[in-house]
Amino acid sequence: MSDHQLTELIERYFDGSMTADERTQFELLRKNDATVESRVTEHMQFIGLLKQYGERLELEKRLNAIHDEIDVHALKEEVTIHPTWVVRMWRNHHSKISVAASIAIFAILGTLFFTGKLNNHESNFEQLSQEVGRLKYKTDKLEGQANTFINNLPVKPKARPSNPGNFRGTGFALSSNGYIVTNYHVIKDADSVYVQNAAGESFHSKVIYTEPVNDIAVLQINDDAFTGLGAIPYYFKRSSTDLGENVITFGYPDGKVVFGQGALTSATGYQGDTTEYQVSIPVNPGNSGGPLLDEKGNVIGIINAKQTQIAGAAFAVKSAYLLKAIQNIPSDSLSKSLTLSTKNTLAGLSRKQQLKKLKDYVFMVKVYNQ
Amino acid sequence: MNKELKASAPTDSEIVLGILNNSEIVLKKLYTTYFPMILQLIINNNGDEDDAKDVYQEAIIVLYNKIKSGKFELSSKLKTYIYSVCRRLWLKRLSHMNRYGGDIRDFEEYLPVDEEVDDHNERDVQFGKMESALQLLGEPCKTIMEDFYIHNRSMQDICERFGYTNADNAKTQKYKCLQRLKKLFFQQK
Repeated sequence: MSDHQLTELIERYFDGSMTADERTQFELLRKNDATVESRVTEHMQFIGLLKQYGERLELEKRLNAIHDEIDVHALKEEVTIHPTWVVRMWRNHHSKISVAASIAIFAILGTLFFTGKLNNHESNFEQLSQEVGRLKYKTDKLEGQANTFINNLPVKPKARPSNPGNFRGTGFALSSNGYIVTNYHVIKDADSVYVQNAAGESFHSKVIYTEPVNDIAVLQINDDAFTGLGAIPYYFKRSSTDLGENVITFGYPDGKVVFGQGALTSATGYQGDTTEYQVSIPVNPGNSGGPLLDEKGNVIGIINAKQTQIAGAAFAVKSAYLLKAIQNIPSDSLSKSLTLSTKNTLAGLSRKQQLKKLKDYVFMVKVYNQ
Repeated sequence: MNKELKASAPTDSEIVLGILNNSEIVLKKLYTTYFPMILQLIINNNGDEDDAKDVYQEAIIVLYNKIKSGKFELSSKLKTYIYSVCRRLWLKRLSHMNRYGGDIRDFEEYLPVDEEVDDHNERDVQFGKMESALQLLGEPCKTIMEDFYIHNRSMQDICERFGYTNADNAKTQKYKCLQRLKKLFFQQK
């Protein structure tokens, strides 16, 4: 029996197309012939697998059809466990966020580095200390101004009632007939003014002219005891003087005549005041109104103030303004003619001789007020 | 959501009976009832909706065959059974893809179903062999085999379809085809 025939028999046996006779015959054959039996089993298994395979395909087709009807997308949204948006954001974009953050950090550090914010704390402190220094300077200056102001204030007799004459400043002669120049602030608010020469003689004087703007006051000795001075030895310089000029002054800072020596250090005075010089000269408040002379003995200014904060800095009203002030004196205020000397007899003399001559023309100005 | 599902869910015995009776409606109900649960499981454990579809269909097939074979006993809920099979299948896939981190986020309780899944996988291997054998067989043999053995068509139909002049020629052709198919099938490893 061929394999083909056997296969056909097996198939016929299982699909029930065999007659009863054939069936018994075939079953007998299966019992007696082991090879036939194994062929039957093998065939049935294979065909079974084939059928199952077909069924599986069929079932998958059905399931796919069912699946296609499900809105998977909507379901997915529903069943997905949604973390908070922060977590989602991080999960989806953490690489981008990290990169962005690193870039940001680098950018900030870079900017800080290149702008020098990272290493210029010291200069900041310096600036700060400069700032503090500036503030300190300002307060000191204010204090200085206040001090000057206080020093120059008329001392009220109430405060020192026992002192009959309040020493105030210095003045010097303009002319031999008794005209004397001093600072306005020296004689301000004065009831009566006396001038005292180096010999200790006091003469009553009156104020005939003041120019508060330039701190200039002109006095006239109107005392009977006054007999006149000798020829004025110094010359009033009109032009301004160069920096570095050696200068001297002479005055009564402490009730006695004191000589001071220094140099012209600036063509402008306190805070750039062009009417004044700045001189480096040891002066005290009592020097106010004293003459400032150059090396040759020309009067170049009137000592009028001292800036306390800058060591050695004093100020002097320029002589040109003194001359201007003299010109401005109303003629009816002058009972005698005010003629300035036109020659300088101090030039060429030694310093000691200059001072000896000068001494007679510089006065202590005493002021009384009540 | 789960409550809604339970409300419309058919009872387990309805499903078993329905499948035994080849009810398309019951199959559909079964499928739609538990798919969301599996979708949730897969999506929240490194999978996507296509993975969920594959895994779920495999599990339904396992259940279907088990019911059909009469071996299914309602010792546990169908839901738990399906979940367990899917879980097992998905774990296997994850480790196969090296995506398994050693931890799975569970949503349901589950049973040990290793045996069923292994049987199923074995059968799948056989089906895979059969599929490729049929592909290699080529036409008209493939269609003859499918028509006769799978779709249970008569030799008369097949004769007409392929234009064989008599049934004997067709039978001979069918026999040759079957022999070749067997050869191709058993040749595969």
